[in-house]
Amino acid sequence: MMQFDFQQDFFSLFTLPARFQIDSTALEQSYRALQAQVHPDKFAHLTEAEKRLSIQWATRVNEGYQTLRNPLNRARYLLSLHSVDTQEESNTSMPTDFLMQQMEWREALEEAVQARDADELEKLEARVQHEVRFLQQQLAVDLDDTHDFAAASGIVRKLKFLEKLAEEIGSAFDELDS
Amino acid sequence: MALLQIAEPGLSAAPHQHRLAVGIDLGTTNSLVATVRNGISAVLNDIHGCAMLPSVVRYAAEGGVQVGQGAQAMQSDDPHNTIVSVKRFMGRGLKDVGEVGNLPYSFVDAPGMLQLRTAAGVKSPVEVSAEILKVLRERAELTLDGELVGAVITVPAYFDDAQRQATKDAAKLAGINVLRLLNEPTAAAIAYGLDNASEGVYAVYDLGGGTFDISILKLSKGVFEVLATNGDSALGGDDFDHRIYCWVLEKAGLSALSPHDTRLLLTHARAAKEQLTELPQTQITAILSGGELVDLTLTRVAFYEMTQNLVARTLQATRRALRDAKLKVEDITGTVMVGGSTRMPQVQHAVGEFFGQIPLNNLDPDKVVALGAAIQANVLAGNRSSDDWLLLDVIPLSLGIETMGGLVEKIIPRNSTIPSARAQEFTTYKDGQTAMSIHVVQGERELVSDCRSLAKFELRGIPAMVAGAARIRVTFQVDADGLLSVSAREMSSGTESHIVVKPSYGLSDEEITRMLQDSAQHAREDMQARALREQQTEASQLLEAVDNALQQDGEALLDAAAQARIRDSMDALRAVIAGNDHQAIKRAVEALNLATTEFAQKRMDQSVKHALTGHKLSELE
Repeated sequence: MMQFDFQQDFFSLFTLPARFQIDSTALEQSYRALQAQVHPDKFAHLTEAEKRLSIQWATRVNEGYQTLRNPLNRARYLLSLHSVDTQEESNTSMPTDFLMQQMEWREALEEAVQARDADELEKLEARVQHEVRFLQQQLAVDLDDTHDFAAASGIVRKLKFLEKLAEEIGSAFDELDS
Repeated sequence: MALLQIAEPGLSAAPHQHRLAVGIDLGTTNSLVATVRNGISAVLNDIHGCAMLPSVVRYAAEGGVQVGQGAQAMQSDDPHNTIVSVKRFMGRGLKDVGEVGNLPYSFVDAPGMLQLRTAAGVKSPVEVSAEILKVLRERAELTLDGELVGAVITVPAYFDDAQRQATKDAAKLAGINVLRLLNEPTAAAIAYGLDNASEGVYAVYDLGGGTFDISILKLSKGVFEVLATNGDSALGGDDFDHRIYCWVLEKAGLSALSPHDTRLLLTHARAAKEQLTELPQTQITAILSGGELVDLTLTRVAFYEMTQNLVARTLQATRRALRDAKLKVEDITGTVMVGGSTRMPQVQHAVGEFFGQIPLNNLDPDKVVALGAAIQANVLAGNRSSDDWLLLDVIPLSLGIETMGGLVEKIIPRNSTIPSARAQEFTTYKDGQTAMSIHVVQGERELVSDCRSLAKFELRGIPAMVAGAARIRVTFQVDADGLLSVSAREMSSGTESHIVVKPSYGLSDEEITRMLQDSAQHAREDMQARALREQQTEASQLLEAVDNALQQDGEALLDAAAQARIRDSMDALRAVIAGNDHQAIKRAVEALNLATTEFAQKRMDQSVKHALTGHKLSELE
């Protein structure tokens, strides 16, 4: 009888190959199939032991889904499986051209907020999204083809900046609304 | 049993008695109870044939508690002791309730949650809500002729942890076993989705008496997945009434009204609002206690104008929810209208215009939440075991802890699918620091002072080390009811300090016991009899569950000795179940739970394996 190990990695849990490029439909199908079995709603009338296990499993399945569904989280997780530290806290030296770009975008954000210009915000959001997609394609090459984990860590650090910026753009939209 | 039938559709569960379970919509204005009978979800009426119980509770000076129509009829004559819209006070402090000055109550500020001074003494909103729930429980038990296994209680999706905890406490106080707290828009989606066999992305717009929710759900192949939720837990029909009330004060040149007159005019305001759904204008006529006559004409146009920004606030929340779901208006397949306040034409119109389509409202917006809750209660009680659906819901507001400088570090972000857990490590900032205080907050703002404080606790017994050497791991766990528990432990030394906190707005079990004892309806003997009955019900459910599990998987998963050990524990429980020693039953239940732990683990492993290799996979595409 096969034992399901709580320490098993998320790719195995969702029966996916441990790669950056994944089949998102397969991930969603596995996620739903797993939750259909372990979700607490299926155990509400069963024993305490089963209820407890169900919460633990459903929590783990949700965590796995969040980790694999989000490209940045997935990249971090793959690197951690290879024992690579992405140095997001310790390594703050970024390429100059990247930093210049960041400053330019942040200025654009500030201006759009002050002018309450939703169109400008949308344009900025589209530019950031474009850059994010470009970096994700780079990540796919570094992680899946060339296995250049140092380069991949560098991209993860860049993506973290961009994720923060995207969040701030989201808050700016909220602000414009109120 | 649900678990295996999904993987093995051919296997049928052992025949068992239908378990009585209900769905309860504990509303700001009205409350309802519904159940599934013969496969159909239906609202249960009172003896006069009314489905809706006004959420009004009166503590009469002459003694006794009135709930519903009787209390509502007295709201102008006895405004101090007649509590209306108590839901707005659940889990709320005095400073949270903005319009206090206009309400005819005598508030008592208490730590965590405000209280109300009545003729029957000081009452917490939890106690007031429990009175409403008791009436609904009794109605269900009378109609269904039996004791309830449990209930699904609905809450606004945008309720925070303190409000959810207060609701669960109220149910406990009313002697109800809570099978699940279910978000109101999600409950409505179940009723709609199953009824219309819908697929696609739906927006559920739920404007009730005191709360507004917007949930974006993806429906496909029996899965209801909430993508994002937003709202305002202090925005509803009451606010529309209040706008009319303020307009009346202004037009009639009134100020500083007595509680009686305030309640009288609020009642007239509500009636006017309801009439404007059908008529282009209405008359507001009232005679105040001092003899002044109020006689005003309110037109629809004027009413729309004075409530325009309330409607606009709901659309702001809707835009935020869409953004969180990363969707555009065009991605929405359909819009579902829930809650009595969506009857207002200006709301229908605004929502229709926003989404560019006519909203669905073929189910009664007052009843749809209770109907959906009943359907889910039926499943959770174990009455339906095949062709199940799956509900994946989220928490509405981010959870975090206070860090240096009064800033919030978010640990679980809003719209995370529940159940959910996240751990974060913190360290000491002073040499030799042996204690650390942990402040748990909920909200989206960066400053602690702008978020809701849920709990504060201290982790003591950290071994003295240099600053930054200790590693304190704080774990947040949100359960399937959306309720949080927090634990903290020191990792580096091997010694573990561990604490589980309950939000400070919640009641301790002792407080609930005290409230039960205070309550006149619960004489001591009754309580003991009830405890015994509850223990016996739980025990027989457990025996049935274990028996089914053994029949299905006992041979396959356990050796003879392990099976015998479980059977011995079952026999021990059977030996005491009919007696009247509820402690003995409790001990035997605990022993049986312990004896089945390993078996449960094996069954869970097996179902996880089935999930990925079983034949159900194709059906979940």
